Amino acid sequence: MTVIPPYYGLILSGLLFVVGLLGLLIRRNIMFMLISVEVMLNASGLAFIAGGALWGSADGQSMFLFILALAATEVAIGLALILRLHKHRETLDSDRASELRG
Amino acid sequence: MLVIFFLAGALAIAATILAITRVNAVHALLYLIASLLALGVAFFTLGAPFAAVLEVVVYAGAIAVLLLFVVMMLNLGRESEQEERALLVPRLWSGPAILVLAISILLAYLYVAGPWAPAVQTAVRSGSAIISPKEVGKVVFSRYLLGVEAASFLLLAGAVGAFHVGRRSIERREPEVSAKEAS
Amino acid sequence: MQTLLWIYTLLPLAGFLVLVLVGKRFPRGLAGFIGAGSVGASFLLALITGIWFVSAGAPEAGYTATLGQWVTAGALSVDFSLHLDALSVVMVTIITFVGFLIHYYSVDFMKGKGDYHLFFAYMNLFVFAMLTLVLADNFLLLFLGWEGVGLCSYLLIGFWYQEPANDTAARKAFIVTRIGDVSLLVGIFLLFVSTGTLNLAGISQGAATAWTPGGGLATAAALLILGGAVGKSAQLPLQVWLPDAMAGPTPVSALIHAATMVTAGVYLIARTHVIFALAPVAQLIVAIIGAATLLYGGLNALTQVDIKRVLAYSTISQIGYMFLGLGVGAWTGAMFHFATHAFFKALLFLGAGVLIHVLHEEHNIYRMGGMRKAQPLTFWTFVIGVSSLSGVPLVTSGFYSKEAILSGAWTFGQAGTLFWLAGAAGVLLTAMYSFRILFFAFTGDPAPGSAAEKQAKGSTGGATLRMQLPLAVLATFAVILGFLFMPGDLGGFRPFAHFLEPLFASVRNAPEPAAGTSFVLQLAVTAMVALGILFSYFWYRKERGKRKQHEDAQSYRGIRRFLLSGMGFDVLYRVLFTGSFNGVATLLQRDWISAFFDGVAWVNRFAYRVMTFFQTGLIRWYLMGIGVGIVVLFALVVFV
Repeated sequence: MTVIPPYYGLILSGLLFVVGLLGLLIRRNIMFMLISVEVMLNASGLAFIAGGALWGSADGQSMFLFILALAATEVAIGLALILRLHKHRETLDSDRASELRG
Repeated sequence: MLVIFFLAGALAIAATILAITRVNAVHALLYLIASLLALGVAFFTLGAPFAAVLEVVVYAGAIAVLLLFVVMMLNLGRESEQEERALLVPRLWSGPAILVLAISILLAYLYVAGPWAPAVQTAVRSGSAIISPKEVGKVVFSRYLLGVEAASFLLLAGAVGAFHVGRRSIERREPEVSAKEAS
Repeated sequence: MQTLLWIYTLLPLAGFLVLVLVGKRFPRGLAGFIGAGSVGASFLLALITGIWFVSAGAPEAGYTATLGQWVTAGALSVDFSLHLDALSVVMVTIITFVGFLIHYYSVDFMKGKGDYHLFFAYMNLFVFAMLTLVLADNFLLLFLGWEGVGLCSYLLIGFWYQEPANDTAARKAFIVTRIGDVSLLVGIFLLFVSTGTLNLAGISQGAATAWTPGGGLATAAALLILGGAVGKSAQLPLQVWLPDAMAGPTPVSALIHAATMVTAGVYLIARTHVIFALAPVAQLIVAIIGAATLLYGGLNALTQVDIKRVLAYSTISQIGYMFLGLGVGAWTGAMFHFATHAFFKALLFLGAGVLIHVLHEEHNIYRMGGMRKAQPLTFWTFVIGVSSLSGVPLVTSGFYSKEAILSGAWTFGQAGTLFWLAGAAGVLLTAMYSFRILFFAFTGDPAPGSAAEKQAKGSTGGATLRMQLPLAVLATFAVILGFLFMPGDLGGFRPFAHFLEPLFASVRNAPEPAAGTSFVLQLAVTAMVALGILFSYFWYRKERGKRKQHEDAQSYRGIRRFLLSGMGFDVLYRVLFTGSFNGVATLLQRDWISAFFDGVAWVNRFAYRVMTFFQTGLIRWYLMGIGVGIVVLFALVVFV
């Protein structure tokens, strides 16, 4: 099986990351922010995979494994926090979660 | 192979863009799942079958589903859809767009004309094109064992933390405590 | 005998201390008794001392009574000592006599008009300070008395301190006389530095022997002393405080601002006559100031609406006469005018006080009228008072005292005729304004709807014996005192002059004109008086029907307004001094020091604004911050 140049993989990763960042900055709803963060994590995982393919080693996939574990944990706790916020504030709007005055 | 990769890539990007621009959380999640699946395909074409399967099983199958569960549980409803629509105005896009544009330009520069670009573009590979799960396992459980254990710690901590933080209510616990003290 | 000096000087001080410390608990009768009694006892002792002095031949050197040492510092040695000579005998007798009469009058007058015991306390303190001033042996003690009378003037003008206008008037008096006080103080320093002593006699001796006549030193010293005298005696240009000082109770105006304190300047110049004689330029300036002020006072008195202000400007004018006398060398004449003025001016003030009292604090002459029938004694004593003030010939003391000054002016030299003309014009003005008060307040029908009307219909209630007796006594003296200083062509019987002459023997004394000239001059002055009374009467007749429209002084326009306001001196000083001071203060409000401190506050606020801009609490804002940070770091890494 011929392998595609990992270079393209990196470009794809960059694009996805940028899209995820845009989503993170634009959306006010915390849920969507969390989704965007997942997108970004995923994009960085893709970068690692592409890197592993580039150097022909398994390090890339191992790193991806770790990133996956990390993402899972983060989603779990993040969702728990979102549940708390929803219960406390009746809203998922991140702007309204701010308690700073002035 | 290249064609599949490009397709998968385009699909992933389109799905992601759609995901972040929806007003309904469930729709967004579904698009996210689609994007993840497409990326799995991309992984496969890059010669990382293990990662591809992990992506599909864990990422799309567990994490995204978990997200879906919580969204369902929150039961946001129609009003939240309208709220979201109101909040997603084009006016908001300008600042982030500029920032993102700047970052993309930088990234593009890095890819094309940066200090590591030649190395990235003309890297020589050795060995087979596909890295099998056997090789990954060999590396993970010898060289990166510490990382694995650390990851397991992390998962445990995450589980406990999520359990504790996400608990239904704390008020119900107190009568139990006072009941115990009374007896 | 010498110790009596200290006793009768300190008696009023004792009265002050008693009244101010425990007087609040005294019944009113006791407070009044202590207040008037201390001055009365002082007068008796002063009289005894005076008689003894005269019987001992009135030695020129006088007597000194020392109580003890005060300051010894290097070359300076000053004692608490009082010196009695002919000049101080005259001053002390007048001060205590008129003072006692006024205190006695106040016992009834001040009933129900404020802190009774405090009034007498301040008045006693004043008498003490005044006696210290005139009896002082050295300049330091004199200055103590000088400042003391200034303080009491402030306290008494602002006696009814609840009214802010009275506080302002008191402050004005204090501040304006302060300017004069500074001048006097610098003069005292100069005298000490150049003669090495502060003893009055010592200074006169030292100056006479060591200073060059007409030299810069003598002129400087004399002008500085003149500055102090001008301030205290309310002459041009520091006369602005006296009309406003009428805000105080009437006995205060009578005692302090007519008979005694304002004459302190006259006393000062008379005491330091040696220095003035050594500086003819300064002495000429004294005469010029006197002549100008007497005209100024007379003109302004013509349009005043408040009876006390008329008398205030009249006082300014009459002291101008005294300054004129001092300036032309008629030393004894000026002192004689001081004596007669004390009596008839106090008389006029006390009489005005009776009117004010029975008319329930009415000061406006256009709202009086017809008081002749209601207050006959007050009327006749007032007639005597204005006649004496105008100088009605032969029967009033004012005639003789003015004669003494004017004849001295005539023989002064080149400017003598001018001075005499100024004085004669002043006589005309004096007659006009003084008889004007008489006509408006006492004759004719009362102003419709005024308190005077009610008074006229009612009884003579209001003026008690204690208020009327001093009037009678003062009126008697206003007549008979004149016969102590007759001009040459009328007999020349002048024991007063002979009493004081030895003191002034060392300097030029204005000679008397020849008998024939004298007579002509006296006729001219008499004509002035007659004209003045006539003008006054016709003017009264003309204005009588228009009293209502002249009542409100604020409605005056033109010349009348100009003279009412004291020829705009208040406005001038406000613009010149207060205005510039306020302007500088406003400028300094925003100087570079406060700019520095404001700048510190501004920097803080700016930093606060900047920092709160970045602390919004919004997650997306922080994410943007992170994004920008990423860009910056990236760029740094890539391009640098």
